Amino acid sequence: MADLTTDFLGIKSPNPFWLASAPPTDKEYNVRRAFEAGWGGVVWKTLGSEGPPVVNVNGPRYGVIYGADRRVLGINNIELITDRDLFTNLEEIKRVKADYPDRAIIVSLMVPCEEDAWKAILPLVEDTGADGIELNFGCPHGMAERGMGSAVGQVPEYIEMVTRWCKQYYSKPVIVKLTPNITDIRKPAAAAMRGGADAVSLINTINSITSVNLDTMSPEPSIDGKGTHGGYCGPAVKPIAMSMVSEIARDPVTSELPISGIGGVTTWRDAAEYITLGCGNVQVCTAAMTYGFKIVQEMISGLSQWMDEKGHTSIQDFKGAAVPNTTDWQYLNLNYVAKAVINQDDCISCGRCYAACEDTSHQAIAMSEDRTFSVIDEECVACNLCVDVCPVENCITMVALEPGTTDPRTGKVVQKEYANWTTHPNNPSATAAE
Amino acid sequence: MNSPFTNGIAAQRLDADALTENFSDLHAPLDGHEAAVAADRCYFCHDAPCTTACPTDIDIPLFIRQIATGTPDAAAKTIFDMNILGGMCARVCPTEDLCEQACVREIAEGKPVEIGRLQRFATDTVMAKGVMPFVRADATGKKVAVVGAGPAGLSCAHRLAMLGHGVTVYDAMQKAGGLNEFGIAAYKSTDDFAAREVDWLCSIGGIEIKTGMTLGTDLNIDGLAKDFDAVFLSVGLGGVNALSIYGDDKNGVDDAVSFIRDLRQTSDLAALPVGRNVVVIGGGMTAVDAAVQSKLLGAQNVTIAYRRDRDAMSASRYEQDLASSFGVNLMFNAQPKAIHGNGAVAEIELEYTSSENGKLSGTGETVRLPADQVFSAIGQTLTTDCGLKLEGRKIAVTDTGRTSRDGVWAGGDCASGGDDLTVTAVAEGRDAATDIHETLMGSK
Repeated sequence: MADLTTDFLGIKSPNPFWLASAPPTDKEYNVRRAFEAGWGGVVWKTLGSEGPPVVNVNGPRYGVIYGADRRVLGINNIELITDRDLFTNLEEIKRVKADYPDRAIIVSLMVPCEEDAWKAILPLVEDTGADGIELNFGCPHGMAERGMGSAVGQVPEYIEMVTRWCKQYYSKPVIVKLTPNITDIRKPAAAAMRGGADAVSLINTINSITSVNLDTMSPEPSIDGKGTHGGYCGPAVKPIAMSMVSEIARDPVTSELPISGIGGVTTWRDAAEYITLGCGNVQVCTAAMTYGFKIVQEMISGLSQWMDEKGHTSIQDFKGAAVPNTTDWQYLNLNYVAKAVINQDDCISCGRCYAACEDTSHQAIAMSEDRTFSVIDEECVACNLCVDVCPVENCITMVALEPGTTDPRTGKVVQKEYANWTTHPNNPSATAAE
Repeated sequence: MNSPFTNGIAAQRLDADALTENFSDLHAPLDGHEAAVAADRCYFCHDAPCTTACPTDIDIPLFIRQIATGTPDAAAKTIFDMNILGGMCARVCPTEDLCEQACVREIAEGKPVEIGRLQRFATDTVMAKGVMPFVRADATGKKVAVVGAGPAGLSCAHRLAMLGHGVTVYDAMQKAGGLNEFGIAAYKSTDDFAAREVDWLCSIGGIEIKTGMTLGTDLNIDGLAKDFDAVFLSVGLGGVNALSIYGDDKNGVDDAVSFIRDLRQTSDLAALPVGRNVVVIGGGMTAVDAAVQSKLLGAQNVTIAYRRDRDAMSASRYEQDLASSFGVNLMFNAQPKAIHGNGAVAEIELEYTSSENGKLSGTGETVRLPADQVFSAIGQTLTTDCGLKLEGRKIAVTDTGRTSRDGVWAGGDCASGGDDLTVTAVAEGRDAATDIHETLMGSK
């Protein structure tokens, strides 16, 4: 069986599945349950400075987006960092770490942007024996208004400054958690790197309103008739998060920076995908909040099976494997031609491919009297919409045309040579191909 | 108090609680959660096969999506637009042969979207509110007679009333509803649903129902044609085919239609007598309804004897299995030969059959079953042709229900074309109404 052991910044954990800093990791009771269920590590819910505890709204604190059958696709929250006493948390962290030396415990921190504040809390955290810290520069609500969370994460100079203090006053790995509520994720990542960060983790939650109550005209979650933007997470944000991860992994400046991937990891497959885009491990929250801690068991077994099938003996084997294949649009091969092919044995004749193509795409699917659906190669641009809307997996596939064959749509012979937009005659700034 | 083991034909075989349980809803209505889960399974197919399979062409994907998005009233409107008796059809349609058979998830998984139950959820929601989602157009001054207040007649009457015509509906029985009221198993139409549906349907206004009026005795086609601008005949099949075998005049030989009618109309199920050993002759829905309900009343042994094989049976496989699940014995390739007994039925003699090139013949081998009650359910016939041209044994009609006589339309079981189903009758009544309207208003 594949070895899922992960070494992230020298922090060992039995598998790459960590629980993200969030309500599931707010206290000893939850974290012990998580470790018993098999989680490889946790990032303890964010601690703040010593003093009067943070005040949360009583609730509701979460909003949701559903798919069919009330499947949770996305949750947003308006919770703040831990509202429990700092020293209670620190004592609990110390106890749990002592009992679970093989698991990773990272402590998430968010204190004001003042050197003294960091200088005060870091030794206390160091004393717990936790394996590292994660700087919460991401929370988009509540704390940002107080000059913390995403208010820091949106200013690269602050990120660099705070990271530097942490490296100065704390001896173990420092992970900087990035907010996606910015335009270019590479900037804060580079800032963290300049400040000496050992790694970045991303994404934190996305500014969001999940729904509006049409009776009360209040955004949800609604507190006494008013709502606010919360932080969005869950399967719905995975594509956004993976794109950001890939940008950091691809950028020459940050490509060596270790990444902990966060955002909608729900199954082993999601985790594997993040790892192929360069992540050293993943952090999970919504899946656990939806299904409970037991869900990690499927992640472990699934990842193991897949790694065995592919011959990967360790996480390191496929880490970053998809990064070289992640490119910019202008480098995609314009000579690659594919056509949709419908497997008639698998087709259940729902006609969704037809409706989608006929109404919204290229009129490239024919429908017969007896509801046989077939692709019109003369019209098909291989947009993939039919594949996407087909309810039967692999019923419709995209098949590449062999070089030398003629594309019935364009009448042109498919070229074997790679050619992209940078050299295309229609590109006004094209450079002549050498 | 009797029991299933009491000999002969006897009432009170089961106690009141058991009878209430036996005759409650065959399929409980979906609650809101169940409806949401069921609705989420619909793929919203293009040119949906379920709709194509529906004789009334209800836009099924649309109404299911309307349920899924929390607007069951809009869903009901979508259903009623095409089928004003969508409430009854949701209960009695052989969906397993129609929409649900065509459902792509039946093809994919063997588990169709529960279209019938979803339809009931939507229609019940609106009917429970007492809302009639249609209003009458301005009065046209035209008068139309509808003869027969069954599904075809009611559907026709509602559409005509909606279009502004004045409608008088005649029915030979003392209550409107036709087979919905008198001819469908009680557990498919509980809580007096058929009568409530008639009241709801008539709430659109412009419909007068006159019961106890029989075509041929109280009414005649010439008089109706004179008094009204148009006539729609939906008189159903009033005659019951006789067994025509030795001994069919013995006590205990009854027609299944009467048995089902009496059962639907009784206020006290315990007072209804039923045999200890019941044999039903036939292979259609009437046979199944009579057999299952005999069992539910407390008959000990109930057998359906059908002269052809299982595949030829007009009751669907689903209905056959339903009968089996209640303990009804299904006997195929067995035709009635004689009924024996001294005054009352004691045994029925059946002859096995075989079929060659579609031609059925007895094999000569016979079997006798104990029977103290024999129901014939071998089809019904038209009793009044009004001098109209026939096709086979039914009134010949065009696609829009026109008969051989100008100004006279027909639909439902009495007319040619389509299966003898409630939903088909509804479609025929609706389409005839549209044609009558266009004819009367001079647009055709």
